[in-house]
Amino acid sequence: MVKITFIQPDGSEQVVNADPGVTLMESAKMNDVPGIEAECGGACACATCHVYVDDAWREKTGTPSTMEEDMLDFAFDVREQSRLSCQIKLTPDLDGLVVRVPAKQF
Amino acid sequence: MSLDVSTPSVATSTIETDAVIIGAGPVGLFAVFELGLVDVKAHVVDILDKPGGQCAELYPEKPIYDIPGLPIVTGQELTNQLLKQIEPFGPVFHFGERIDTLERLPDERFRLKTDAGTEFITKVVVIAAGGGSFTPKRPPLQGIEGYEGTSVLYSVRRMEALRGKSVLIVGGGDSALDWTLNLQPIAKSITLLHRRDEFRAAPHSVAKMREMVETGDVRLMIGQVTALHGEGDKLQGATVKTKDGEERLDVDVMLPFFGLTMKLGPVADWGLQLHENLIPVDTEKFETSEKGIFAVGDINTYPGKLKLILSGFHEVALMAQQAAKYVYPGKKVLFQYTTSSSSLQKKLGVS
Ligand code: FES
Repeated sequence: MVKITFIQPDGSEQVVNADPGVTLMESAKMNDVPGIEAECGGACACATCHVYVDDAWREKTGTPSTMEEDMLDFAFDVREQSRLSCQIKLTPDLDGLVVRVPAKQF
Repeated sequence: MSLDVSTPSVATSTIETDAVIIGAGPVGLFAVFELGLVDVKAHVVDILDKPGGQCAELYPEKPIYDIPGLPIVTGQELTNQLLKQIEPFGPVFHFGERIDTLERLPDERFRLKTDAGTEFITKVVVIAAGGGSFTPKRPPLQGIEGYEGTSVLYSVRRMEALRGKSVLIVGGGDSALDWTLNLQPIAKSITLLHRRDEFRAAPHSVAKMREMVETGDVRLMIGQVTALHGEGDKLQGATVKTKDGEERLDVDVMLPFFGLTMKLGPVADWGLQLHENLIPVDTEKFETSEKGIFAVGDINTYPGKLKLILSGFHEVALMAQQAAKYVYPGKKVLFQYTTSSSSLQKKLGVS
């Protein structure tokens, strides 16, 4: 199991457990984490699964692919920590991952 | 047996037809097929400029694995195959148009009008609009709605309206770049704002834009808009956050280009019963609360509904049976197989 903490803009935290192999977006949807819309269902085609990865975890989650960078152009308030959660596959390595949900998806 | 009862059209620009299908995604396209088998002629309207709906717009290259008989197929391939499959029925496509209004006529038919002024009189309406119509994404900036249409524009219908204006263009794709180049000669000033110094646009437009930045004809900023300022529906300024901090720009017009999202759109105003932005239907005919208006594919809902292309295919087959009853009242619809029916094979042009 991979433990993930989602932090909402108001500071509230939600801890979810996910199976390795699913995407961060899927783990959020399965646990009804608010603020992750994922309109396109994980096709990297909507940018409504935008999250900010906690600085301590950015190295482990890696950097966005070119396609993801392009899609991030369609997200709002994009920062250095921005990732599309459907493009992060959960591995045992990411156990303990902390991400922040943006105030708004587009 | 001839079922051709097409009525001569009276008004010049009004199209009379049996069925209008709203949405040219896979389910809308297959509706042409199933309706065609029962001699119902269809016009297909889609807001996009090409067929395929989400399949073509969102994931043309993504493989789909759950179409029966096709172990792997991309959205674009599926679209192409469907277009070929429905060719014998000669559907008429109206791309880049959105049906805005629907009204029932005294003779039970419907009058539909598109935003481009095309008018249809039809016996049945098939809503196959998927997640709704693709509409430009609205940046979540406080108060932006108030400026929309006057100083915040998602598309430029009349360039002249921007003559002499200070224009802020936001985005990094082809639309953003094209409008930067097109408006530069007539605008008072052009600022192009993008979150990173890389652009997804055609290389020659990017090169041209960079030249204009060099000569000072265009200002390029790397950052994001954080607030809008103005009075009434008139925009006066925008706060832009860059890595050097915040700056307030004087701006008359902002053109945001953040891609498309799906919204239910005008369908919501047609008097249909809705449930959480979906259209409830029965599972026998896939008819809505309004007789003669059907809803198929992702846009409908019923107990056990799955948003799958294959479910949509099933839905249109049943829908077509009922549609035929409305188009040919009193005529018995004979259920036939394409493998053996000579009349169906004739329609398909294979006999
Ligand atoms: S779910 Fe659409 S981009 Fe991630």
